[in-house]
Amino acid sequence: MGDPIIELDGIEKHFGNVIALAGVSFDVRPGECHCLLGDNGAGKSTFIKVMSGVHKPSHGTMRFEGKPVTFDTPRDAMEAGVATVFQDLAMIPLMSVTRNFFMGREPTKGKGLFKRFDVAKANAVSVQKMREMGISLRGPDQAVGTLSGGERQTVAIARAVHFGAKILILDEPTSALGVRQTSNVLATIDKVRKQGVGVVFISHNVRHAMAVGDRFTVLCRGKTLGTASRGDISADELQEMMAGGQELAELEGSLGGTI
Amino acid sequence: MSEDATPAVDERLKEESVIAHAMKRPELGAVAGLILVTLFFAFTADGSMFTLSGTFNFLSPGAQLGILAIGAAMLMIGGEFDLSIGSMVAFAGMVFGACVVNMDMPLALAIPVTLAAAGLVGSVNGYIVIRTGLPSFIVTLAFLFILRGLSLVGLKGLTDGSTQLRGVRDAVEGDALAPLFSGDAFGDLFTWFAKSGLIDTFKSGTPKVPGVPIELLWFIILALAATYILLRTPIGNWIFAAGGDANAAANSGVPVRKVKIALFVFTACCAALLAIIQVLDAGSTDARRGFQKEFEAIIAAVIGGCLLTGGYGSAIGAFFGSIIFGMVVIGLTYTTFDQDWFQVFLGTMLLLAVVFNNAIRKRVTGER
Repeated sequence: MGDPIIELDGIEKHFGNVIALAGVSFDVRPGECHCLLGDNGAGKSTFIKVMSGVHKPSHGTMRFEGKPVTFDTPRDAMEAGVATVFQDLAMIPLMSVTRNFFMGREPTKGKGLFKRFDVAKANAVSVQKMREMGISLRGPDQAVGTLSGGERQTVAIARAVHFGAKILILDEPTSALGVRQTSNVLATIDKVRKQGVGVVFISHNVRHAMAVGDRFTVLCRGKTLGTASRGDISADELQEMMAGGQELAELEGSLGGTI
Repeated sequence: MSEDATPAVDERLKEESVIAHAMKRPELGAVAGLILVTLFFAFTADGSMFTLSGTFNFLSPGAQLGILAIGAAMLMIGGEFDLSIGSMVAFAGMVFGACVVNMDMPLALAIPVTLAAAGLVGSVNGYIVIRTGLPSFIVTLAFLFILRGLSLVGLKGLTDGSTQLRGVRDAVEGDALAPLFSGDAFGDLFTWFAKSGLIDTFKSGTPKVPGVPIELLWFIILALAATYILLRTPIGNWIFAAGGDANAAANSGVPVRKVKIALFVFTACCAALLAIIQVLDAGSTDARRGFQKEFEAIIAAVIGGCLLTGGYGSAIGAFFGSIIFGMVVIGLTYTTFDQDWFQVFLGTMLLLAVVFNNAIRKRVTGER
């Protein structure tokens, strides 16, 4: 696998006197799915917000394709090729699939005062991209509110890939989905990875992570506990690391490994 | 990217009828309302209501409200309110009057100054809303009083104690820009119509309707421009997105703050435009101008299909909503009904529109 597309080193983020991140190092290579695991409150969300330009790190360095970068806004990150699909999916239910697909990056035609939203092209592209991901829309003007959770997730992923994402950050994409929808989303991730996109998969569900992950990094209390490659670590070990090695061990027996 | 632009037809989907499609348009309620109100007056009102002069009679106040309502609708789609636009009409009127009468500015200077002053207040409104995260309802409610008070105090200062500033007509006499903001347009055309016997004339031969009221032209231009912006430009998409979910929009790279502040400025400028038209028309400016117009403008926007929660609506809807207003206010004088029924109508229409919009929203989003 090639050199990392993005490398973050010793990232810290303080909110007033709260230390949300206390030194996180992470990198993503092209065509891999790097899982970021951690329990609630471990700092996963804060960390991806640093990666996607929402927050500026208090300390630490970020390199994109070998060059040091700082992302001042989410737009900067997006233009560099870091796309984030947040849990809210950045989808607006009242708006059509097309309007959501091109939100913030509308194709235009014409010049100067006559520069306008190229609706015909936008409609054609969004329908086509959805079809490639295996979703038939009623029409490009179908409101996103009428799609299922898995379909919305797919729209968000297709959108990110269409706009040239080199790094695709997925924030708990499977947390609110049913079994079938989850497997659809995992299959979508696999498609995206095969196109050479580096996927960051955030989850606290070890099974989902094991299903698609190439490497696994565990975050606990704002720090990275280490990174392991596929095959070098078992689901149980990951689970234990996420919980910080406490309590869970006792529960394990009574729950029969169902977590 | 493939050039294949013809989407495959999904065999599981029934062809959607034209009516079912129209049911999803935000302006449906306003169009239906307009038809109902027209039918009502067709049966109850004196026949002269729907003559050319009668029509302009009710379109004129409709257009004046509409200039405000288009701004209010755009802002509502962008997810914010502005309760200060009524007071802004008085405030901008005062600034305009002071420019023209007290400072002897030509219109070419006075109009930009007035729009800039209104825009500045609009941007302050927007900036406070964005910075504090407070509901725009509260922030602009404060400005409703601040601007009304400033207009009263300011006018008294400008006129030795009167809340009215007169002499605008004399001051703008002969100004080349005046016909763009006052009187009637296409006067020559209407004179020609009269000569050709196409429209009614007085005995002297002058047409009963001297031309199209200028506010009606501004109203139509604004409605068309707003619709074009909403439906066919990237900025339109940003407005819908900012109103639908500001957070999601910002995460997708939409400059939500800029969009919202620009909308506050636009709304304030609409109010200033109305002030300029009204002041030139009346020849004076008054601190009571635009009193309670903010509510009427918001109601017109809601009748036009704008959701109170933002992210959905249309400028064309607000256009029809405003015409419904003008029609009812003026139409009642053509009937035997007491004119004060207007208020009852206002409340009922608002209630119906909100219930209707809510149902439409559920339809669109597929909520059950």
